[in-house]
Amino acid sequence: MSDSIIKPDLSVKVHNLNLKNPVMTASGTFGYGPEFEDFMDVNLLGGILTKACTSKNRDGNRYPRMAETPMGMLNSVGLQNKGVDYFIQNIYPKIKDYTTEVIVNVSDSTVEGYMEVAEKLLPLEKISGIELNISCPNVKEGGMAFGTSCPMAASVTKAVREVYSKTLIVKLSPNVTNIAEIARAVEDEGADSVSLINTLLGMAIDIEKRKPMLSTITGGLSGPAVKPVALRMVWPVANAVKIPVIGMGGISNASDAIEFLLAGATAIQVGTANFIDPAVCVKIIDGIEDYLIRHKFSSVNDIIGKLNIQ
Amino acid sequence: MKRTIHDFRVYQNDHLSNDYFVLYLDCPEKMPEILPGQFVQALVEHSPATYLRRPFSVYHVDEQLNRMALMIKVAGIGTAALMKLSAGDTLNLIYPLGNSFEMPEGDHALLIGGGVGIAPMYMLAKRLHDLGKKVDVLIGGRTSKDIIEPNLYREFGNVHITTDDGSLGEKGMVTQHSLFSGENLPFSKIYACGPDPMMRAVSNLAKSKGIDCEVSLENLMACGIGACLCCIVETNEGNKTSCVEGPVFNTRDLKAWQ
Ligand SMILES: Cc1cc2nc3c(=O)[nH]c(=O)nc-3n(C[C@H](O)[C@H](O)[C@H](O)COP(=O)(O)OP(=O)(O)OC[C@H]3O[C@@H](n4cnc5c(N)ncnc54)[C@H](O)[C@@H]3O)c2cc1C
Ligand SMILES: Cc1cc2nc3c(=O)[nH]c(=O)nc-3n(C[C@H](O)[C@H](O)[C@H](O)COP(=O)(O)O)c2cc1C
Ligand code: FES
Repeated sequence: MSDSIIKPDLSVKVHNLNLKNPVMTASGTFGYGPEFEDFMDVNLLGGILTKACTSKNRDGNRYPRMAETPMGMLNSVGLQNKGVDYFIQNIYPKIKDYTTEVIVNVSDSTVEGYMEVAEKLLPLEKISGIELNISCPNVKEGGMAFGTSCPMAASVTKAVREVYSKTLIVKLSPNVTNIAEIARAVEDEGADSVSLINTLLGMAIDIEKRKPMLSTITGGLSGPAVKPVALRMVWPVANAVKIPVIGMGGISNASDAIEFLLAGATAIQVGTANFIDPAVCVKIIDGIEDYLIRHKFSSVNDIIGKLNIQ
Repeated sequence: MKRTIHDFRVYQNDHLSNDYFVLYLDCPEKMPEILPGQFVQALVEHSPATYLRRPFSVYHVDEQLNRMALMIKVAGIGTAALMKLSAGDTLNLIYPLGNSFEMPEGDHALLIGGGVGIAPMYMLAKRLHDLGKKVDVLIGGRTSKDIIEPNLYREFGNVHITTDDGSLGEKGMVTQHSLFSGENLPFSKIYACGPDPMMRAVSNLAKSKGIDCEVSLENLMACGIGACLCCIVETNEGNKTSCVEGPVFNTRDLKAWQ
């Protein structure tokens, strides 16, 4: 038997989460999972990050909420969701039998709000972790404000850590001067993992109407355009912390994903690329496997952080 | 209804004018059922400036031959790239997307299309005709060049035309057509698709005459499958997605249109 037919091990561990493979979907780009069931078997994924969940119903920002930009898009959806109670009653039953990990993206405007959502999600058996979104650029209060200062990032992490005993991932904002410092601050307060990057602040103008393209004037940039920036943030963060790092930003294919793994990400998330190809995550999983076979690695863990800088 | 992704093969690209074209597409596999008002998300290849897919209404469907057609007006970079497709090229579509027009209670419907907004009306006219309903079709445009394939609808009912410059049909906007001059209109339902101001004018007219009215909105979309929440419409029941809960809305539900 030649060793090329032995399938490499794709599984990775992010704190207590045992992921079948390192490929997860990014919050706000995959709904809750059912939206994609027509296009793929969502249980093939390493994990699903849900749309942001807040303590109360939020309508989000006014239309228009998106603008296409070169190899990417701006959005200012603004955390539209029906609140944590609605999630528990109406959405959780539809996803609780998934065999992939489901992680809820938690957001709010106050520390108390974040704590309330975390406490309410804690008893849900299927939800083995939450991702604290302290990096949403699209809401007036809270959101990114928590993620752009070390003391605030630390205080919200600390407060949620006290009420939430399962896996706590903190999602970082790239709109800062030193992202590694923020990563260390949340690690010190008990975060089990950090994920990055959320969207980069950006803007676009309709010159015919001389008006901003988004109702909120500025929004968050995502898609292939942000990939080099994201990679250069994952790299120093992975070197700065001991907890596992989840990388994202513009990943559209297996090569992109492998770049993030080599830069030190234990797992990756795919966002905007799901809009172009709703089955792209399955292709990325297969592509990572092909790469490992081609380079004769028996496990994906053999390439994580193995960037050769000599 | 299951949505799917297929690589269609272009078997004909009819350039109707400098701006309008109809793409005739062959599906390699059996197409799922497509309802009047539903749309596709098309992937524009070889156009680096076009990253997101582009939404288009389904114009015709031939279930026997497994074919569909899209009627497109050049609006920018993506549609200009699609105009260059020729027989043998492929076009990747996610479809069928969105809800569909609701069939009317009464037996006489008026279908109004402004410019390329006529695209979803062909399948609707055919469906209504098959159900034994009486159909009138009103097509509006800026000039005669914006009135696309009007004769196609004659097999389903009367066709009326308006142009802003009077170069074809009656001069003026669709809502100024003599069809609406009487006190009591014969229609039990009006369907409209076209530029936003046109649809709002039709909606107001329908309301003033007490006629039920559905419109197909053209909100900007990123995903087209209900995942991004970019395409929302404010309704009396809160925000709805135009791509899953729309694009067809009854105008009585549209909050900003009252
Ligand atoms: C549900 C739905 C059905 C549609 N059906 C058809 C159809 O059958 N035939 C057809 O020709 N067009 C249709 N459209 C509009 C079509 O999607 C846009 O014209 C197209 O996306 C423009 O792409 P572009 O790259 O050429 O333009 P871009 O270069 O992206 O933009 C050029 C101009 O087009 C406008 N535009 C961009 N997107 C839209 C949009 N979604 N709606 C209206 N204007 C837009 C922009 O504001 C801009 O002024 C539909 C739109 C929706 C949402
Ligand atoms: C339409 C849209 C909505 C998003 N909503 C959220 C959200 O609710 N919470 C969050 O943490 N990130 C949200 N994001 C950010 C993504 O999860 C991701 O961090 C970012 O888009 C970068 O990855 P990408 O380039 O692969 O899309 C959203 C992104 C997009 C495009
Ligand atoms: S376009 Fe993404 S939800 Fe409608």
